[in-house]
Amino acid sequence: MTSVAIGEDRMSAGLDNASGAALAANNIKELDDSFVTVGEATLTSVDVRMSARDVSVFYAEKRAIANVSLDIGANQVIAMIGPSGCGKSTFLRCLNRMNDTIAICRVKGKITLDEQDIYDPKLDVVPLRARVGMVFQKPNPFPKSIYDNVAYGPRIHGLANNRHEVDDIVESSLQKAGLWEEVKDRLEQPGTGLSGGQQQRLCIARAIAVSPDVILMDEPCSALDPIATARIEELIDELRKQFTIAIVTHSMQQAARVSQRTAYFHLGKLVEVGDTKLIFTNPRHKLTEDYITGRFG
Amino acid sequence: MIDSTDPSKRRASPWTSPEFAARLARRYRTERIFRAFGLTSIISGLLFLLFLLTSIVGNGYSAFWQTNMALEVDFDQQMLDPKSSGDPLEIAKGDFGGLVKKSMRAAFPDVKGRKDKRELYRFVSSGAAYQLRDAVIANPELVGTKQIVWVPVDDDIDMLMKGYIDRDLPETDRRVNDKALAWFDQLSARDAIEKRFNVVFFSAGDSREPELAGIRGALMGTLYMLMVTLALSFPIGVGAALYLEEFAPRNRFTDLIEVNINNLAAVPSIVFGLLGLAVFLNFFELPRSAPLVGGLVLTLMTLPTIIIAARASLKSVPPSIREAALGIGASKMQTVLQHVLPLAMPGMLTGTIIGMAQALGESAPLLMIGMIAFVVDVPGGPLDPATALPVQVYLWADSPERAFVERTSAAIMVLLAFLAAMNAFAVLLRRRFEQRW
Repeated sequence: MTSVAIGEDRMSAGLDNASGAALAANNIKELDDSFVTVGEATLTSVDVRMSARDVSVFYAEKRAIANVSLDIGANQVIAMIGPSGCGKSTFLRCLNRMNDTIAICRVKGKITLDEQDIYDPKLDVVPLRARVGMVFQKPNPFPKSIYDNVAYGPRIHGLANNRHEVDDIVESSLQKAGLWEEVKDRLEQPGTGLSGGQQQRLCIARAIAVSPDVILMDEPCSALDPIATARIEELIDELRKQFTIAIVTHSMQQAARVSQRTAYFHLGKLVEVGDTKLIFTNPRHKLTEDYITGRFG
Repeated sequence: MIDSTDPSKRRASPWTSPEFAARLARRYRTERIFRAFGLTSIISGLLFLLFLLTSIVGNGYSAFWQTNMALEVDFDQQMLDPKSSGDPLEIAKGDFGGLVKKSMRAAFPDVKGRKDKRELYRFVSSGAAYQLRDAVIANPELVGTKQIVWVPVDDDIDMLMKGYIDRDLPETDRRVNDKALAWFDQLSARDAIEKRFNVVFFSAGDSREPELAGIRGALMGTLYMLMVTLALSFPIGVGAALYLEEFAPRNRFTDLIEVNINNLAAVPSIVFGLLGLAVFLNFFELPRSAPLVGGLVLTLMTLPTIIIAARASLKSVPPSIREAALGIGASKMQTVLQHVLPLAMPGMLTGTIIGMAQALGESAPLLMIGMIAFVVDVPGGPLDPATALPVQVYLWADSPERAFVERTSAAIMVLLAFLAAMNAFAVLLRRRFEQRW
C-alpha cells in the first residue's frame, strides 16, 4: 500500500490564509465548454478496459456531466474525486448503465467495455451488469442468508451446474473478500445480521462471485468505521491483481492510499487526470490544487 | 461591584420568565388531555366489543344444545317390512310417521281423544320419523326389535326446557298448553328428557323447523364462495399491482387507471351484484345461486382493495434492494419477483385479509344472483345452489319461531369463528414471509 504525503507545504499555505474561504468562493467558477481535460485522460501504455468518449449526462434539462473522456486501465485502481455534486457518482453509474433506471436521465457519448459499445441497443444490459459489478455506498445485502447472497449471481447467470460448484464459488468469493474465516460456520444466517464492515465485504464478495471484469465502487467506506475502512482498502489492493477497479471517494487521503490514477471532477467537467502521486504532489490545474489543499470542497 | 438589581443592566432570559412557565404548563396539559382522549376511545371501543360479544354469546350458546326425549320404539315388522324382504329400499317405504305416533301413544297411554292425541304427536319433532328411518336403513336388523331411541322434541318443548317459556302466564298466552306441560313434567320425573349436543346444527341444511335447522349448507356455501374469491382475486390483484407499480409507464392513461381503481373501492356492493346478474348469469349462463357466481361477484368487489394495498406495500420496499439486484445483473422480472415481491408480501397479505373479511360479510351483491334464498340441500361443489352465512343469519333473524332467536346468535358465533380462523391463517402466512432487514 502506498502512502503519499499530500502537498503538505501547499495545504499549510492554504490553511494559514484566514480569508481563504472568501478567495475560494471566487475560485469556484464554472469552466466553459471549450475546456480540455488536463493530464492523461486517455491511456496508451497500459491495457484499456473501459473507455468513455465525450460523455454528457442530462437529468431532464439540467446537464450533470459535460464532455467527459476517460480511459480506465486494466488491473488498476482509478479514484474519482471532487466536491459534492460534481458528477462523479453519475459518471460511475453510466459505466454499468444503472442510470437506465432513472426515467429522466439521458446519456450521450460513447462508452466501451473491451471496445464494445455498451449503449448499443442490441447489447443485453443483464450480462453487462454482471461483467461490470457495483458496490454501493450503503451496504445492501439481500435479506437472505450469507450463502444465498453470494450464490444468487452465479445461480441466475448459470455459472455453476451443481451444488458443489456453487459451494466452491461461494467459498472462493468470500475468501477473496476476506470474509470467509468470519462466516464459514454461519453461512445460513441472514446477511443483514452482520456488522456494517462485514456487510460491505459481503457485497464485494457478491459482486466478485460472477467473475466481473470491472468493479465499480461508489464511496464504499463512507458508512464504515476506520477499522472496517482500513480492511476494505487492503482488500481493494488485493483485488486489483485480478479485477479492474474504479472507486468514487470523498476522501482524498483514501484516494491517495488506494489508487494508481486519480481523476478530479469539478461541476460536471473532468478537470485533471493523472498518476496519483503526481496529482497530489504537483497538480497542473489551479482548481485541482485548490481542491486538494482544502481551499474548497 | 456587581449591580444585579438594575433591570436595565440584566438581560432577562426568555427561558426563566413566568410567561414561559405558564405556556409550558399549558402544553403539557394539552398533551395529557389528548392522551386521555385516546385512552378513552380505546377503552370505550373495547367495552362495546365486550358488550357485543357477551350479548351474542349469551343469546346463542343455548342453541348448541337440543332437547331430546327417550322414546321406546317397537320396530314392528308389519308396519315397516310386511313382505319380510330385508331390502333397505323396501323398508324405506314403511310408515315411520305412524311408528312414531304409535310409540308416543304407548308412552302416554292415558291420552284419549283426537284433539289431545294431535297435541301429543306435536310434542315430538317431525324429524323423528326420518331419524328412525335412517337408523333402520343403516341397520335393517332393527326390524322386529324394541329399542329406546333419543329423538328431538318440537322447538316449543325445547324452549320450555331451556326456560324461555313462562309457566305463570295464563294458558292462552303460552305456546305450550297445560297438557303438554304435564307430559313434560312426567318425562322429567322419569329422566326421559334431557338436553344433548345439537349435532344437527352442524350436519343439516336449513329447515322450516328450528330443531331440524342447521348451518352446514350456509357454511359450505360460504367456504366454496371464498375459495373461488381467494383463488381469483389474489393472483389478479397482485399481478395488476405489480404491473402498475413496476412495469407500466407513467403517463396520463395510467394515472386515469389509478384514479378509477381507487373509486371502484368505494362503489356500493349491490352494483357488483347487478353486474354479476347481467354478465355471469345472463350472458355466460352460469348456474343461478351457485357459489361460483357468488365468488366471481365478490372477486370484482375485493380486487380494488387488494390492488391498493399491494401497490402501497410495493412502494414501501426500499430502492436499495432493487439497485442491489439490478447491479448484480438480475433482469427486471427477476428483481421484481425474487426480491421486491417477497419483501412486499406481508403488506399484500394484510390487504387480502381485509378484502376477504369484507367479502365474508357481504350479502347485498348475493341478492341479485340468487343466493339469498331458502336453500335446504347442502351444496356438494361450487356449482350447486347454495346460500351464505350472513344470508342465513338474515333469514333466521326474520323467522318468527322463538327457537330461531338463539340459532341466529349461534350462526353469528360461527361466522365470527370463521373470520377469526381466516385471520389466524393469514397472520401465520404473513409471519412466514416477514423478514428482518
